[in-house]
Amino acid sequence: MAEQATFRIWRGSRGEGKFVNYTTPITSGMVVLDAVHGIQASDANDLAVRWNCKAGKCGSCSAEINGKPRLMCMTRLNTLDLTEPVTVEPMQTFPHVKDLVTDVSWNFAVKKKIQKFTPRAADAADGTWRVKQADVDRPQEFRKCIECFLCQDVCHVLRDHHLHDEFAGPRFFVYAANLEMNPIDSGDRVKAIKEDLGIGYCNITKCCTKVCPEEIKITDNAIIPLKERVVDDFFDPLGGLIKIFR
Amino acid sequence: MADYPVHTYDVLVIGAGGAGLRAAIEASAAGCRTAVVTKSLLGKAHTVMAEGGMAAAMGHVDDRDNWRVHFADTMRGGQYLNNPRMAELHAKEAPARVRELEAWGAIFDRTKDGRILQRNFGGHRYPRLAHVGDRTGLEMIRTLQDHGIHQGMDVYAEHTVVKLFIDGNRVAGAFAYDRERGRFKVFHAKAVVLATGGVGRSFKVTSNSWEYTADGQALAYNAGAALLDMEFVQFHPTGMVWPPSVKGILVTEGVRGEGGVLKNNQGKRFMFDDIPENYRSSTADNPEEGWRYTQGDKSSRRPPELLTRDHVARCINREVKAGRGSPHGGVFLDISWIKEKLPNSVEHIKKKLPSMYHQFKQLADLDITKEPMEVGPTTHYIMGGIQVDADTQMTAVEGLFAAGECAAGLHGANRLGGNSLSDLLVFGKLAGEYAAKFAKVQATGSVNQSEIETAGKDALAPFERGAAGENPFTIQSELQDIMQNLVGIVRVENEMAEALDKIAKLRERAARAGITGNIEYNTGWHTALDLENMLAISEMIALAGIERKESRGGHFRDDYPAKSEEWGKFNLRIVRGADGHPKLERVPVVPMTEEMKQIVQENL
Ligand SMILES: Cc1cc2nc3c(=O)[nH]c(=O)nc-3n(C[C@H](O)[C@H](O)[C@H](O)COP(=O)(O)OP(=O)(O)OC[C@H]3O[C@@H](n4cnc5c(N)ncnc54)[C@H](O)[C@@H]3O)c2cc1C
Ligand code: SF4
Ligand code: SF4
Ligand code: FES
Repeated sequence: MAEQATFRIWRGSRGEGKFVNYTTPITSGMVVLDAVHGIQASDANDLAVRWNCKAGKCGSCSAEINGKPRLMCMTRLNTLDLTEPVTVEPMQTFPHVKDLVTDVSWNFAVKKKIQKFTPRAADAADGTWRVKQADVDRPQEFRKCIECFLCQDVCHVLRDHHLHDEFAGPRFFVYAANLEMNPIDSGDRVKAIKEDLGIGYCNITKCCTKVCPEEIKITDNAIIPLKERVVDDFFDPLGGLIKIFR
Repeated sequence: MADYPVHTYDVLVIGAGGAGLRAAIEASAAGCRTAVVTKSLLGKAHTVMAEGGMAAAMGHVDDRDNWRVHFADTMRGGQYLNNPRMAELHAKEAPARVRELEAWGAIFDRTKDGRILQRNFGGHRYPRLAHVGDRTGLEMIRTLQDHGIHQGMDVYAEHTVVKLFIDGNRVAGAFAYDRERGRFKVFHAKAVVLATGGVGRSFKVTSNSWEYTADGQALAYNAGAALLDMEFVQFHPTGMVWPPSVKGILVTEGVRGEGGVLKNNQGKRFMFDDIPENYRSSTADNPEEGWRYTQGDKSSRRPPELLTRDHVARCINREVKAGRGSPHGGVFLDISWIKEKLPNSVEHIKKKLPSMYHQFKQLADLDITKEPMEVGPTTHYIMGGIQVDADTQMTAVEGLFAAGECAAGLHGANRLGGNSLSDLLVFGKLAGEYAAKFAKVQATGSVNQSEIETAGKDALAPFERGAAGENPFTIQSELQDIMQNLVGIVRVENEMAEALDKIAKLRERAARAGITGNIEYNTGWHTALDLENMLAISEMIALAGIERKESRGGHFRDDYPAKSEEWGKFNLRIVRGADGHPKLERVPVVPMTEEMKQIVQENL
């Protein structure tokens, strides 16, 4: 394995800046975040980067590596072509703060607008609920989300069309689907999913699913079933009747 | 005169992990104006990384379980240095706290009859850990976060508190900087809850993140509160050892709970060779019985891999030192062997341990369903911390509360796996409740303007020294080597004394740390400001380590390898002495009531 590699890292504040090349020693098993930390400790003490767990569990270290949205801590150097400089830049969909750090606060604001978990009355004598594992497998898939926002970063509705005010983005369809499919929840978010979260803007390109480090099937398992619920409730009075008669 | 923005609250919670969020939820539910300050973004605190589960004697899998057994297990695990009242409250209230999470949207794995599933863990007599695969911490923090944001609390993400303001003997507020913009803020609060977590960043091999720089312990100590049991650091037996860049990352005890076994390079299950006397009657004496236990056979006893963490970690250390280790200096942890027992073992392992499967596959090119892992001890948790009142969580400083990993008392000399997540909920709630009660009857204390000025000036000093100053990352890395090598899993007096010398020298250098660049999101500056707390608390760990001349729980002394009855009567407390230096005191352990003693007897 090569002893050194070069990283082309975006340096600057609030969108102003440039790529700077750093060459750093590398060892077996290293991930991109290790290289960034090595550079930070020796050549660039003030290099801004977020991280916490170094194991793909917290969703802090999202960035774009050679143009692909990825977690820096889970991107092994041996999966990259090290004969060329490796490009590391911040997520493009969110306002830039500094170096590799972006302002992701919009995501937290979107979540707050979604009706919170609203449990139905308990069904067991001890004041809790009896729920089968098979009935929670799907919402548990959604609850694996580590809020890395890579899916938000890649979605063209946000990235290219900047519809942040009208469209909640894949992460929040996953969140809403988790609530809607939770057998204990009694809330109804279908109207909001259509009107406030703007699910209609999604044209099922599946880019979000491809980048999800938790391998959540965002489009197939969350977005499409939610779109079906929206259609059932809003565009298909007959469908509604059938439901009643069944 | 500095003119920093001032924010006024009834209750200020420092930390947004499980303990901080639970406290904030309680305080805001009580009608208090509440703020949460956190160094990272919301939902990223250490709690998110917890894997195996949270301990609560709900008895869903084995109905012989109840709070009395959980209490006895916790006391025995802590080698009877625990505060028994805290162990009692914890064991009694944990089930209600777990159910409450479900009522707030958490989805735990289920039993066949549709209740919350529980799994085996080291030192717990019955399957007791409510869990979600091996990502229980994520479930917990997300549930608290998603519930909390609708409670009306204000969140200050990416803000670091560097000082508490004290008025007489009561807390009056805090001084913080905003990591993103580098601006200072003053918080006035009637009550403050510390929920800042642990200290593991001071060790080289650790499962802990950059956040664990001992801030809460140092803030409390500087404010006049006492620290307790600081010699007790937990080294988790199973961290990754290869490749080098992931060394220290945790491998959940859940692997052993699901039937994983430890072997040396001769293929021997060495844990069978060293079963401590007080666990002998409850430990399996052959592999077959151990396997049956992990599969829920109630008549079997647990395999020796599930002995307490301190013991398993030392056994691994011994195998490696004796030349019986794995190629990269660990031992083998094998879950793939269960294919001999279960036809669908591959699917089973992926379902029960999905993130471990992922972690090894992606970071070590290893398929845990087919091959054994290599593991070795990693710095994981600190049992010691801020001394609190068992019922209210208040420290010696009025209006200052502490909960979660930064507080001491529940775990004594060694923490059982799963007892931290439940600790966060039980004592986070109590801290929030009593902070709110305190805030309701007190006026806000006053904050001295000159202290604000000094705090701001001190924080900016590294910029003035600039590039000519010491590199803060270098100092941090040297401290990690010192603590790892001299105050680690096996300790001796002269090495710890050497550590104290070296730390003193590093403190001089840290006072000269300098940084370049501007004030916005400057990680060099952040690291420079972290050093003081890390160094101060590391020194206290070494001081207490030297003082306790016996081996017990997480504290193992090669020069005093036996447990001493005499030392079993004391906790070590640290307060700031009149000379400004840490002063060590022996305080008698909190006695158990007659009923508690009887419970312990019944469950030996
Ligand atoms: C990999 C791993 C796995 C684990 N698995 C388990 C398990 O299965 N079961 C179990 O019971 N325990 C487990 N533990 C232990 C447990 O997760 C932790 O002890 C627990 O989460 C600590 O929670 P806390 O609320 O005290 O602190 P944390 O969750 O660490 O939160 C601390 C908070 O304080 C903030 N903070 C710190 N300093 C400052 C400051 N100066 N200013 C402002 N904010 C500050 C941080 O930003 C953070 O928000 C595990 C630990 C690790 C590392
Ligand atoms: S599938 Fe929909 S949400 Fe996902 S990236 Fe494409 S447009 Fe965006
Ligand atoms: S759904 Fe996947 S990609 Fe999107 S935020 Fe969650 S974990 Fe990240
Ligand atoms: S550091 Fe946690 S996901 Fe990368």
